Parts: sequence; C-alpha cells; structure tokens
Amino acid sequence: MTQRKQFFPRQVIEAGGNRWDWVMLPMVLAIFVLLAYGAQQMGRPYQLGETLPLSLDPLYLPYYLLRTTLRMFIALGASIVFSCVFAALATKYRAAEKVLVPLLDILQSIPILGFLSITVTAFIALFPGNLLGVECAAIFAIFTSQAWNMAFSAYQGFRSVPAELTEAAMVFQLSPWQRFWRLELPFAMPGLLWNMMMSMSGGWFFVVASEAISVSNQNIKLPGIGSYIALAIEQRDLMAIGWAIGAMLIGVMLYDQLFFRPLLAWADKFRFEESTSETAQTSWLLNWLRRTERMQGMVLSFGKLLERSFSFFRLRFDGTSVRARPLPHSSTPERIWDAVVAAVVFYALWTLIHFIHAEVGWHEVGRVFVLGCYTLFRVIILIFLAALIWIPIGVKIGMNPRLASRAQAIIQFLAAFPANLMFPVAVLLIVRFGLNPDIWLSPLMILGTQWYLLFNVIAGASTVPTELRYAAQNLGLSGWLKWRRYLLPAIFPSFVTGAITASGGSWNASIVAEYVTWGNTTLQAHGIGSYIAEKTAIGDFPRIALGIGVMCLFVMGMNHFVWRRLYRMAEDRLHF
Amino acid sequence: MNTPIVELKSVGKSFRSADGTARSVLEGVDFSLKEGEIVALLGQSGSGKSTMLRIMAGLIAADHGQVLYRGLPLYGPAQAISMVFQSFALFPWLTVQKNIELGLEAKGMPPEDRVQRVAAAIELIGLSGFEGALPRELSGGMRQRVGIARALVLEPEVLLMDEAFSALDVLTGERLREEILELWQTKQLPTKAILVVSHNIEEAVMMADRVLIFASDPGRVRDELPVTLSRPREVESSEVRGLIDNVYGLMTAGAMRPGRVSEKEVKLQLGDRLPEADIARMDGILEMLADDPFQGRADLPELAEKTELTDQELLSVSRALTLMGFAHLDHGDIIMNPLGAKYVQANVPERQEIFGRQLLENVPLVAYIHHGLKQDPSGDLHEDLFLRLLRFTLNEDDARSALRIAIEWGRYGDLFEYNYTTGIIQMARKEEVAAE
Repeated sequence: MTQRKQFFPRQVIEAGGNRWDWVMLPMVLAIFVLLAYGAQQMGRPYQLGETLPLSLDPLYLPYYLLRTTLRMFIALGASIVFSCVFAALATKYRAAEKVLVPLLDILQSIPILGFLSITVTAFIALFPGNLLGVECAAIFAIFTSQAWNMAFSAYQGFRSVPAELTEAAMVFQLSPWQRFWRLELPFAMPGLLWNMMMSMSGGWFFVVASEAISVSNQNIKLPGIGSYIALAIEQRDLMAIGWAIGAMLIGVMLYDQLFFRPLLAWADKFRFEESTSETAQTSWLLNWLRRTERMQGMVLSFGKLLERSFSFFRLRFDGTSVRARPLPHSSTPERIWDAVVAAVVFYALWTLIHFIHAEVGWHEVGRVFVLGCYTLFRVIILIFLAALIWIPIGVKIGMNPRLASRAQAIIQFLAAFPANLMFPVAVLLIVRFGLNPDIWLSPLMILGTQWYLLFNVIAGASTVPTELRYAAQNLGLSGWLKWRRYLLPAIFPSFVTGAITASGGSWNASIVAEYVTWGNTTLQAHGIGSYIAEKTAIGDFPRIALGIGVMCLFVMGMNHFVWRRLYRMAEDRLHF
Repeated sequence: MNTPIVELKSVGKSFRSADGTARSVLEGVDFSLKEGEIVALLGQSGSGKSTMLRIMAGLIAADHGQVLYRGLPLYGPAQAISMVFQSFALFPWLTVQKNIELGLEAKGMPPEDRVQRVAAAIELIGLSGFEGALPRELSGGMRQRVGIARALVLEPEVLLMDEAFSALDVLTGERLREEILELWQTKQLPTKAILVVSHNIEEAVMMADRVLIFASDPGRVRDELPVTLSRPREVESSEVRGLIDNVYGLMTAGAMRPGRVSEKEVKLQLGDRLPEADIARMDGILEMLADDPFQGRADLPELAEKTELTDQELLSVSRALTLMGFAHLDHGDIIMNPLGAKYVQANVPERQEIFGRQLLENVPLVAYIHHGLKQDPSGDLHEDLFLRLLRFTLNEDDARSALRIAIEWGRYGDLFEYNYTTGIIQMARKEEVAAE
C-alpha cells in the first residue's frame, strides 16, 4: 500500500473509491434500504385474531417476495450459527457428542410441520401484541427445514480435519478460538456451503406451511409468497398461482446470482484438494467486488477485526507451564454423565409409554403403524420408479461433460423450485378424471426430491475414469451386461447418496402430499403423512405427537438399516 | 555446547488395542538432545520413532518416564519447539505469508512486527516473490520451504523434522537438505538443535552428528552411531559410503526378532507383523541378484541405488526374502541361498509351488490359516477370525496389513483364495481336489 502511493498522484489515492465502487454503490444501498424496510415491517404491532391484509394482486408480489426472502435468510443465518456451535461442541466435548449427535438424528427425522404446531403458541406468547412472535414462529419453522443437514455437514467437516493439520495447529499454539477460524471452519466450508444451498431449496418447499400458519386453531397468514399461495389455493385462483411461481423463480435467480454464486466463487480457496484441475466457480458480482477499492476495504476490515480478536483469545501459556499439566485421568465424571443420560432417556420413555396409554391408547398406535407402512411402501416404490427413470437419463447426461455442466445448473434450479405449487394441478386432474387418490397423490411426494437423485447420478457418471470408459468400449460391453458390470457399480455410491436425500425428503413431503386441498376440495391418501396433516388441522396434540413419533421411528429405522449399510458398502467396496 | 535442551528419561508409550489390552510402542527410551547437534532417528516403520518425535513435540503424552525441557517438565507443545511435517501440513486457504505468520499471530504479535519477521524468514528460505501465493500453486519443494519457514520464523530452540524430505522427489529433497545444512553450518538458523526422523539412511548419515537406530516391537533405541565427519560431506566419499554400509548392517541385524542382535534368520511368531513386500518386487530383487553384476551377492546400498527402491522398501523385501529362506543377510550384504537360485530358474507354476511350501514352513500366520481351512468342514473362514487373533499383539493397522500380506502371499503360493467383497478366505480349489 505504502509503496503504491509513491507512484500515483495524491488525489487519486485519497479521492475514495474507484469507478467500480460507484457502480456498486447504488446496488448496495438498495439492498440496505430493502433490508431495513423489511425488518421494520416485521416488528409491527399485532393482536391475536386480527387478520393481516393480503391481496392476490401481482403488484404486491415483490413486497411479499422481500418478506419471504428476508425470513429465509434470517433462518439461514440462525442455521449457520447453530451448525457452528453444534459442530464445535460435539467435536470438542466427548460428553456433548454422546447426547448431541443422536439428538440431531432424531430432530432431523421429525417432520417440519411437527415443530410448527408445537412451538407456535410459545413464540406468540414471547412477544405479546407484536407481529414479531408470529414472525419468529415462521422463521423457526424455516430454520428447522434448513439447520439439521447443515449441522451434520459441519460436524463431519470438523471431525475429518486431517491429523497433520491438527498437529500443526497444536505445535503453533493456536487457541481453540483461533483454531476454529483458521482451521476447522475453513475446512468444513465447502460442505457447509453446499448444504446451505440445499437447505435454501428445502426451505422454499415449506414456505407455504410456515407462513400460512393454520395450526392449533390459529389462522394467521403472514405477508409473504407462502401466504399468497395459500390464499390463491383457498380462492382457487390458478392465475395467482402462476404469478407466484414467476415471482419465486425470480427470487431464486436473484439470490443465486447475488448471494450463492459469489459465495461459492469466494469459497473456492477452501477446497482441500491441492490441485487446481477442477473448474472453479465464477461470479460476476465477486469479480466486481474485488475490483472495488472502498467496498472491498470495508469488507476486509471485518476480517481485520476478526484477526484482532485472535490476539485477544490466544493461549496464555504453553506446554512448559504448570497449567498445561494433565489432570490424572478419572472415568468417574464420564460414568456419572452416562448414568444421567440413561436416566433421562428412561424417564422420557416412561413418560411416552404412560402418555400413549393414557391419551391415545394402544389401538391407535397400531393403526398409525399400519399407516406408516403404507407410506413406507409408497416411498420405496417411488424411489425405485425414480431410479428407473433417472438413472439412464442421468448416466447419459453425466457421460457427456458439456451437457452435464449445463444440466447441473438447470437441475439445481428445479430442486429449488417448490414442487407443492404443482399440487393444485394434480388435484384438478384427479378430481376431473375421478382417479384414486391413494395411488395418484403418491407421485407428489417425490416431485421435489427426485432431483437430488438425478443430480447425484449425473455427478457420479461424470467422475467415471476415462480409462474405464475406454476399457468398457474396447471390451465391447453392451446391453444389460454393460449396465450390470460397469455402469451400475460405477454410479452406485453417488446413487445411494442421492437416494438418502430423496427418501428423507419424501417422508417429509408426505405430510403435504398425502393431504392436499384446493379451495374446499380436500384429497386424502391413506398414510402417516395425511394422518399428521389431518390432526394438525384440527389441533389434536396427542395424536400429532404420536404421528410424528412414529414417523420418526420409520425414518430412523430406514436410515439405520437400509441407507447407512448401503452407504458403507458403497464406501468400502465400490469406489475408484 | 553440550547442555541438553530436551531430555527423555526412560520414556514409554503404549496404545490400547481393539480388545482393550495395552500394546507398547515405545519402551525405556533415554535420550537427550543437546545444544548444537543434529540427531537423526532411523528405523523400520512401526518402530516408534515418529511416536518419540511427537512426545518431544508435546503432541502426545508419555505414559511412563519423564520429558524435560531445559530440566523442567514438558506437558504439551512448547513455543521453543517447532516442527516440520512430512505432508507439509500447510493451511491451503492461507497464503504463503499468512501460513508463515500463523505461529506469530497465535502468539499475539502485532501485525507490523509479524510482517518484518516473516519477510526475514522468507528471504532466508528463498521464497521471495511467493508471499501472496496459495500453497496449491506451489510445487512440493516450495511447499516444504513454506513449512520450514513457518517453523523457523518462531525462532525455536529445537526444530523437529518428521520425514520432511520424503514426500519430495529425490533431487528436490537433496537440494533442500543441502540448503538447510548450509544455513545450519553458517549459523544462520536461530535453532540450537535439530532432530530428524527419516527412513533414508543416506539422508541420516549426511545430516546428523548422531544417528539413533530404532528397533521395533516394542520400539526402543537399539544402537547409537556417532558421525564425526566434517561438513560439507560428500556422498561419494569412502567415509560416507562406509558409514552407510555400517548403518545398513546395524538395521538388518536381528531384524526378525527383537532383543537379539544377529543376522541369523529367526523363526517368526504367529502374531508378528509381516514385512511389507509384494511378490513382484521379491521376484525382481531375486532375479537381479542372480544376474550380473551381483552373481548372488549384493551390497544393500548398491542394490538400493540400482532398484531405485527406498531404504524402507528394500529392507522390507530383504526381510521377506530371508524369511522365506531365499536369501540371507551378512554385514549389510544380501546373499542368495541355493533355494533362491532354484526359484529364479523355475517357471511360474513351480515358483508358486516353492513359494507355497516355504510359506507353510516359515510364516506361521499363513500356516495357521491353511490349517484352519483344512480342518473346517466348509473349507472357508472369515478374515475377522484372524484379525481378532492378530489384534492381541498388533494394533489395528498393523493387524490389517499383516493379514493382507499373508493373504496376498498365500494366494500366490496357491494355498487359499480370498473374496474381497465378503471377506471370506477359502481353500484353494486345487487342494480341494487333491483332498478328495
């Protein structure tokens, strides 16, 4: 810096900013103004029972889009903080890990709607006379659809920091705070970012449910795209649905270009592979930002602030100090902790059994299990069908690199597109042709999540080594033999990854997909999803809890007995 | 000049193996690193030399004995002890400048001072112009320079080098080593003592004032060899050659069993680790031995040069060959046995048969697997049975590698078959027929 000043006239240096700064300025200001306006609207006074004005006029859509996006980003921020804290705690403390990891496993298999129905009353009570309570409930619901996979990915990332880097951090006396910012978070960053993008897409899917809160006899519609869609469904306005889809597409595109692309391009340096072979993400916005002087300076000064915190939170002693002396190892606290955990689990189990016995009866439990089996059957069939359709297509696309890079962008977009917007169309068709809802509602479950399958198959197919391809060609493999001996094993690991996501998503979607309304027409398929949705609509708490609990069991069982095993098998034997 | 900086007093370390029994990796090590010297640790893999280095770095705590720094107990990583890693351990998201600053930043040094110190270190190590580069833009040699600069910028009293040159190609590694030695010789390094862990004998002899040779199972210091040659040393000089020969002799002596210093081949036990040697390499060495210019007897350093194997690999192969009775060792020379000559002459099926026979006789693990298969009515056993057995004496990795080697050898010797997917070891089909 000081050197450069000698070569430029003084005015140029001191004038402040270059032309890129001036180009960026209106954009940054606009974003700030919008954020401030949206935030101000969130904290309006509000009395329970009051109906918020909501209009189907497309002119209001930009405003609704702003409100929805704001909520989603707040939830995303909370998810990031949650993930980091979770990962840091779970990797640093053995005792915390023992509790937190299984807890997260349970939490992520609880359907999102379940959280909403249980927490909404509490949040409203938190801010009496203000809209903020309801906003918080909605944000929390979105948070629950985003946080868990991010937390897991951060935890995985923290745990898989290479041993030599950890040793280097110890040798160079990094304090836990420094290690978090310098080593663990950067290392976990690529995975975390990828999961952030998936979470954002997942959030859109539940935006209707989280904004148009119709649980526990509340009927609140917060201004936002979700409520707009809910209103359109109530009033059977297909045109409005179309407008909403359009607005959503624009929203997805905007935050993709303005937020995720720059972030991805910036995070490219956190890739751990030491080669530069992979094509790096590029972003016009980041390039602009990097050309600006003042703006970049402002952003960098935050980094400086962080670095200043390093010297404050540093290790005050090294291995020669008596304070580094290890305490004699004792397993008593650990045993006590285990005992406490076991006691809590037993108490919870006891309460649960007591609750079921007293409130719903064992007969109901049996019935819900049967309904769960219906949904399980549906999920399995759907994954199978989706595999049958998407594997050949995915392999075709993946083997063609030029097609693959273009297709990935489109599919990412499709995955972000909330499939529940298509539900009204399905209802219309089913009613029109008098179809059986038990069969024809099922495809809706996988409508949104099948893209993960396709996406992963493409990714898998594009990483098949070229030599292997040549070898297969050379041997003249064809037909079924080619699939069985070469293509299917080659894409199996990535297929399993995709199928895990797709199956998890389908369970979650079953609540929305098995119980679909269009105006005053309600279509219902037999299954645990519709059971939960129905009980949520009438606010029957014990039965909601029962439904959620049983669904939890199904999802966890499937994860443990099917997916994890397949995954391990793929990891052990079928990789390059 | 002779003040000890770091001392180990009868230090021992054991790890819990899978079944909960403690397995000793380091036992009764007495050592002191004194001011003004470079010490090299040599030994087979698993001999605990890396463990000892990490104990001195404060990265792992010793179970027995004392670790002293300047006469006072050392409980963890100390500021005055710095380390250079085998795989560089650079933070890929930090620039060269930031990577080198890391330790200073952690100390809380103000940025202006940091920049000055880093500039000096960059100058010293020859990284000028690369300050803003990310590690992934650099070649291996440059990366390790960053690793060295990062350690030196802290002006440590002790520099620990964990196979610092082994991930580099030979030429680059040698050049970097020469440069470090020159800096050391001209007293430009702030460091008062250097400890080098290596598996390259030449490197150890070229660098060190003392070479410590480790024995395995459990790891301990077996020999200590002072190197009094003046620097710079010439690789080709007869003194250096002699010393290298000497070290080879010491390292192969009693390689098979701990506690005995002899070059006689000693019977292997069931739970011992097996030398990491694949069949093709054994064949290759035997053929080379039989041919000109060796005619059945070769000097190990010469053979290493000719085959371009590392010392580690060559020692493993020669251990495997002595174990199988194809050759024996004598004062750092490998001498082919009549059986080895017969093996070289034979065609492939005959070779396999000889190999199988020798395996049954000399490798208890293979014989035991074979015996188990013969007794079992179904003729197949799961590998886990043997893994569980091996875990009593070896740690998880060693147990796995021992079983893997036994299976590979057994397959070649046509004794049994193995299904990778199911993990089942099966009687070889040929033998089944014979049994019927």
